[in-house]
Amino acid sequence: MAEIPEHLLRRSAQAKAKALGVPVEQVLAEMSGGTATAVPEAQATAAAPSPTPSAAPARTAPAIPEGVRTQRLLTVVKAKAIQQVKRDPTDKVSVWPHLLAMEFVALLVVTALLVIFSVFQDAPLLELANPNAQPNPSKAPWYFLGLQELLSYFDPQVAGVLIPGLGLAALAAIPFVDRNRSTRPSDRKFAIMMFTFFVISAAILTMIGSFYRGTGFNFTFPWRDGIFFDL
Amino acid sequence: MFRPGSPFRKGYTDSPRNRSYVIMNNVLYHLHPVKVKRHGVRLSYTLCLGGLSFFLFILLTITGIFLMFYYTPAVPDAYIDTAALSTNVAFGLLVRNLHRWGAHLMVITVFLHMTRVFYHGAYKPPREFNWVVGVVLLLLTLLLSFTGYLLPWDQLALWAVTVGSNMAGYTPVFGDQVSFVLLGGIQVGASTLLRFYVLHVLALPFLIVIFMAVHFWRVRKDGGVSGPL
Ligand code: HEM
Repeated sequence: MAEIPEHLLRRSAQAKAKALGVPVEQVLAEMSGGTATAVPEAQATAAAPSPTPSAAPARTAPAIPEGVRTQRLLTVVKAKAIQQVKRDPTDKVSVWPHLLAMEFVALLVVTALLVIFSVFQDAPLLELANPNAQPNPSKAPWYFLGLQELLSYFDPQVAGVLIPGLGLAALAAIPFVDRNRSTRPSDRKFAIMMFTFFVISAAILTMIGSFYRGTGFNFTFPWRDGIFFDL
Repeated sequence: MFRPGSPFRKGYTDSPRNRSYVIMNNVLYHLHPVKVKRHGVRLSYTLCLGGLSFFLFILLTITGIFLMFYYTPAVPDAYIDTAALSTNVAFGLLVRNLHRWGAHLMVITVFLHMTRVFYHGAYKPPREFNWVVGVVLLLLTLLLSFTGYLLPWDQLALWAVTVGSNMAGYTPVFGDQVSFVLLGGIQVGASTLLRFYVLHVLALPFLIVIFMAVHFWRVRKDGGVSGPL
């Protein structure tokens, strides 16, 4: 407990002494004597009018007269603690120019890279679509190639519907399953492990589907048979 | 531009007050709060990935509108129009390239954004809902990319979409119906092209803009970008 200021102690002792009809000095001695626990006890047993002198000092207190309210110092609240309700100032910076300038640079860099890439690399355009001539292999867009890869291991209902459906649902459910409030990496090893495992698995499946599957979607090595992949 | 009221009304003096006005009085910048926590602007924290996803979406909208001027969603006009972009239209091929590479890049940035949010534990309370909104955004991004994939109507487009939408046909019980509604027929054809076109240029962008609005609103309501680790 915080140190109680001298003048408050005194005032409280005076009030108590007045109520109990004992000298202020005695009350003060009790208070500083560390017998604080004895005070409520004294009130509980206050009905007994003749305390024995040998009892603890607090027990010498006579019964409280009818209609007198005693006061006790429970705690001292520092003025600041209740009057300053403003939030602690956090370390903030103006969005303009600090954030906007950075966003603008990021935007320029990405635009520049994209334009340069687009100047040198044309988007693919093969022959006119022909429903009667299925190319071999036929591949889905790259972000679905992990799923197409799964099709070669599992039943289509599992690989094509169940796994992506459940995967999406599980992704959405993450915050409700992982109830651990900490964001410190050392506290969430398991969550990180699981997520990393799934991300890497998806990446590996997508890589295999993209680069290691050739004619008939059979396994190949890109350095041996070439790459069967269009963006 | 940097003055309260109207652009260039007076000179811009660099004071904290004017810096606040730049944000408060500009509808474009209004997505931002006036001030953000210092760590939120650190490039190493968000890696700008959410912002870049959004920026790529804007870029795709602009280049997409340009492409729409020259495109007919019919068989075989779609293919002819797309091929003509590289010969008949000034910068046509460049814009098409930007649109295509930008779209692939957006799938990547959205995915990376998601992993960055995960590793920061930024989906934890109070941000659970925003994570769910994010998952919807991821799905919409993939669908946008997938529907756009068909539009050039070349062999790549036709067969990639055939393979992709075959998966939807494996849906238990309703497989055939799902596939029929998606394709507008039993196989990828002219009606599929029209369907995917409408989804790609109208329905899905409309949806994703709504979800993005909710997403950005939630980022601010949840107290800005989550705290440092
Ligand atoms: C079209 C796709 C998306 C766009 C444009 C987008 C945009 C943004 C932006 C601009 C932010 C602010 C912080 C930052 O830049 O990292 C943000 C935060 C966030 N995003 Fe996304 N997002 C998209 C997809 C997603 C996805 C797929 C998820 C997760 C499944 C997600 C979950 C979140 C969460 C939880 C936050 C709060 C992060 C924090 O407070 O640190 N978003 N998003």
